[in-house]
Amino acid sequence: MPSKASDDDPEKARRFREAALPYLDDAYTLARYLLRNADDAEDAVQECYLRAYRHFDSYRGPAMKPWLFAILRNVCRAEYARRAATPTSAIEDVPESAEQAPLWHEAGETPEAQLQRRWDSETIRRLVAALAEPFRETFVLREIQNLSYREIAEVAEVPVGTVMSRLARARAMLRSAWLAEEEQQK
Amino acid sequence: MTCDEAEALLHALIDGELDAGHTREVENHIAGCPRCAAALRDYRAMSKMIAEAGVHYTAPLALRQRIEAALPRPQAAPNRRAVLRGFAMGSAVSALAATGLVAIVLRRDDVERIQSEVVSAHLRSLQAGHLTDVVSTDQHTVKPWFNGKLDVAPPVIDLTAQGFTLVGGRLDYVDARAIGAVVYKRRQHIINLFVAQTANTERRSAKIETVQGFNIRHWSDRGLNYWAVSDLASDELAEFGEKFEATARTHREG
Repeated sequence: MPSKASDDDPEKARRFREAALPYLDDAYTLARYLLRNADDAEDAVQECYLRAYRHFDSYRGPAMKPWLFAILRNVCRAEYARRAATPTSAIEDVPESAEQAPLWHEAGETPEAQLQRRWDSETIRRLVAALAEPFRETFVLREIQNLSYREIAEVAEVPVGTVMSRLARARAMLRSAWLAEEEQQK
Repeated sequence: MTCDEAEALLHALIDGELDAGHTREVENHIAGCPRCAAALRDYRAMSKMIAEAGVHYTAPLALRQRIEAALPRPQAAPNRRAVLRGFAMGSAVSALAATGLVAIVLRRDDVERIQSEVVSAHLRSLQAGHLTDVVSTDQHTVKPWFNGKLDVAPPVIDLTAQGFTLVGGRLDYVDARAIGAVVYKRRQHIINLFVAQTANTERRSAKIETVQGFNIRHWSDRGLNYWAVSDLASDELAEFGEKFEATARTHREG
């Protein structure tokens, strides 16, 4: 059986490289948003790729990105569990930006006034990072990673309806922050 | 449509996930509701702003290098021990097999790539010693050989009486996964019949296309995708496919 690949099969490694490495930045981006910490994100992505390589034989394509993301999400959840078990590090892991999180109050809506203010990328990153976990995950998978609802549902292991409600909630919170900031500028 | 209903569907509209009927309903509501119109406008502006701001991160070079280093190089002598050390961590990925991720749905843009991969696999198989992993003209030997090597064993049908000799079976790789290949011969021409699982159970009738000088007859039936590849003339390959499908039908009914 010449084509039955083992972990040290160079042909398998070549196929894996071609299929999975193009998504390294995407995976790292997702890990950064999920874990809110650069070092942990690196570790998680490395672990994700090693697991993915080991399970590459059972990969059933064609969408490599959500497949990698599902693995990465499991790795990140293990990291959440580890943080929960070590309370001190859990507090340290909360980035200082979370302290400055906007108040998610419903801003007085001004339907006629177009929102003018543009956020720079750092502001967006900070606000997205401040979203609560399930909303943040769904929002990042949709707005930053461009996954379809179906793909998000598969990665997050929830029904599509849940994806829609989480996304609606995440967007509503960010919009409130945006509107609130707009009000302050006045 | 109420504002609550519209708000729930606004997002699907923005994301292009809404069907035509609901799109019309939401748009009708928005036309008469400044509040929902403002929400839609803001959400769209927000998506655009995020897309334009560039909020991706770039993986550090060191991370890329560490991952590269953990994969076996094509030139280097394989060192199983080193690789296994790197992969000593446990895993929860087997649960993945239960999710819809394993479903194989061929997108339009994948069709051409897969055709070319099928032809490459056919060409590889013609090199000396690569044609078969199991050599047998007996379908009752070839079929069980596949069991346990693939999620779904391909149907192995003896077509000797119809002029196509069963030669054996082989594991191959197409679209980055293991796939069964059943090998037939007519005169000196080899036919590779590649069989893969598909999520789509509807029957798709056969199409013959020519890729790199080889003919491919592709069809789907009962959750399986078939590609018959050969340098046989297209009418003879069509005959092969028809005989295969007809015999498969008789087997099911018998």
